[in-house]
Amino acid sequence: MKIVILAKPVPDATGQERLGPDLRLDRVAIPPVINGNDEYVLEAALRLRDAGAEVSITLLAMAGAFGPDALRKGLAMGADNAYLVSDAALAGSDARATVRVLAAALAKLEFDLVLAGVDSSDGGGGVVAAALASMSGLPYLSYATSIAPDGGRIRIKRFSATGYDVLEAPMPALVTGMQALGEPRYPTLRGIMGARSKTITTWTLADLGIDPASVGADAAASRVSTFSIPDARSAARVVKDPAPEAAKQIVDFLIERRAI
Amino acid sequence: MPGTLWAIAEAGPDGHLTKLSAEVATLVRGLGAAAGRDVAGVVVGTPDAVAALAGELAAYLPRVVAVEAAAAATSPIAALAAQGALQAMGADPNASIFMGNFPDGRDTAGLLMAALGVGVISNAGGVTWNSGPVAEKGVFGGRLVTTSSFADGHGIVTVPLGSVPAEAAASAGVVETIVLVGAAPAVTVLERVSEAAGAVQIEEAKVIVSGGRGVGGPEGFAILDSLAEALGGAVGASRAAVDAGWIPYSRQVGQTGKIVKPEVYIALGISGAVQHKVGMQGAHTIVAVNTDPDAPIAEFADLFVIGNLFEVVPALVAELAARKA
Repeated sequence: MKIVILAKPVPDATGQERLGPDLRLDRVAIPPVINGNDEYVLEAALRLRDAGAEVSITLLAMAGAFGPDALRKGLAMGADNAYLVSDAALAGSDARATVRVLAAALAKLEFDLVLAGVDSSDGGGGVVAAALASMSGLPYLSYATSIAPDGGRIRIKRFSATGYDVLEAPMPALVTGMQALGEPRYPTLRGIMGARSKTITTWTLADLGIDPASVGADAAASRVSTFSIPDARSAARVVKDPAPEAAKQIVDFLIERRAI
Repeated sequence: MPGTLWAIAEAGPDGHLTKLSAEVATLVRGLGAAAGRDVAGVVVGTPDAVAALAGELAAYLPRVVAVEAAAAATSPIAALAAQGALQAMGADPNASIFMGNFPDGRDTAGLLMAALGVGVISNAGGVTWNSGPVAEKGVFGGRLVTTSSFADGHGIVTVPLGSVPAEAAASAGVVETIVLVGAAPAVTVLERVSEAAGAVQIEEAKVIVSGGRGVGGPEGFAILDSLAEALGGAVGASRAAVDAGWIPYSRQVGQTGKIVKPEVYIALGISGAVQHKVGMQGAHTIVAVNTDPDAPIAEFADLFVIGNLFEVVPALVAELAARKA
């Protein structure tokens, strides 16, 4: 089975993220990692392989010059190869342009299953995968907490408000997943060494037949006009008394705040 | 032609309109008044359920389109909601479309983005109108608030819980009913499993009692249940507690769980990592109990109790009972 993982390089969420002069995320300032939710689906794919399935795993990303560093870690975890769409004209692209690019890239790849995280830690919109499935004509199964291919069909548990739904569709299909899939493995030393010889193929917009004017900041559907720093909460009132007295103070506080 | 402002609504697990959908409908009604635009709602459901849902939505909006979709019984709702919204909207090239920033709303937004070729502003906590929707949203875990608008004045906006209070209109709107047309969905729901039947949903709760690593195990959550019951609230959890398998994922608050905005959030044995903070910093009042005086949660709690939750929580339950008596 051939699996493509959408692995988005994002700034490491260290609390140091900042906006550039164009009021977009400054992606150069922070070392990139693979988006957390994308690592969960990569882990799910690796576990299918661990369980004995014959699985090839290809990473697909759209990113700037920093892309290969993040993808190398996914290769070290066990992915076989990677494709990186990188082009100066892509800077400032929004979700709509991202979908256009990823759809063109997917059209060049062979796969049974496309896996992606439910959203990314930087943009966080959670709309790219659904739009991509729609553009690529793939059945879309989202918010997976487990992923089980069975013959030509894929079955997932989808997280719901009260538990989960069991969904099924024919493959090829696009599935988004999340943390409940299980903790991603750390690359082994052997994995890290092996990743050095794995191939990362770079595609430009020309390789994908995409007009540069249709992507990037100028083609974005929305603009950020201003930003501000929200008011911090005032400092906490601190209680160090023994439990019965602390309990009284909590109740008094909640009443004072008209919270109960 | 100025576009209509549309609210796409959804049903909760109890079959009624969700609180978030009522909020989105209220927001859209207010924007319509500010913009001088028509407003309308869409809700998609099975033929036997959608009329009641549309009736609930019509309390908030002057016009509601109820879309009857037999497939809603056996397919994920987002694909049908997107298809139904397209059918209800007809040709409305300048429409703006609003929905809740929960999983089904986000899926619907993505599908509509592809179908309409418009942009999405996601998780817009404060939306106003200036020739089009203007959205304020928190980024980088709430450390910054950005203001965004659409280049051509219209698009899709997903709205988080608690951005406006739900408020019914002075008079109920009219409901039109249409039947969904189009190909059968490719994805089938084989089974819907409820792991927490009857439990209060954390998204809807006014009070959330949440436990972290400090709760120590599944049995520790029993005392959280007693406090949640005393306060009429729901039990939540940090990622550490969910990862440890002590409580189902549907209870997780945080970046990879649910974003909540209750009146009161009581964090018990939760250190307050950024991952968690993102999910609960919108709470009106935050009370934290932690044995560690240096826990990061002290920096964004309103009341920080340095103590053992296993002593403080039972004392709190007793104190609440004593005051009630």
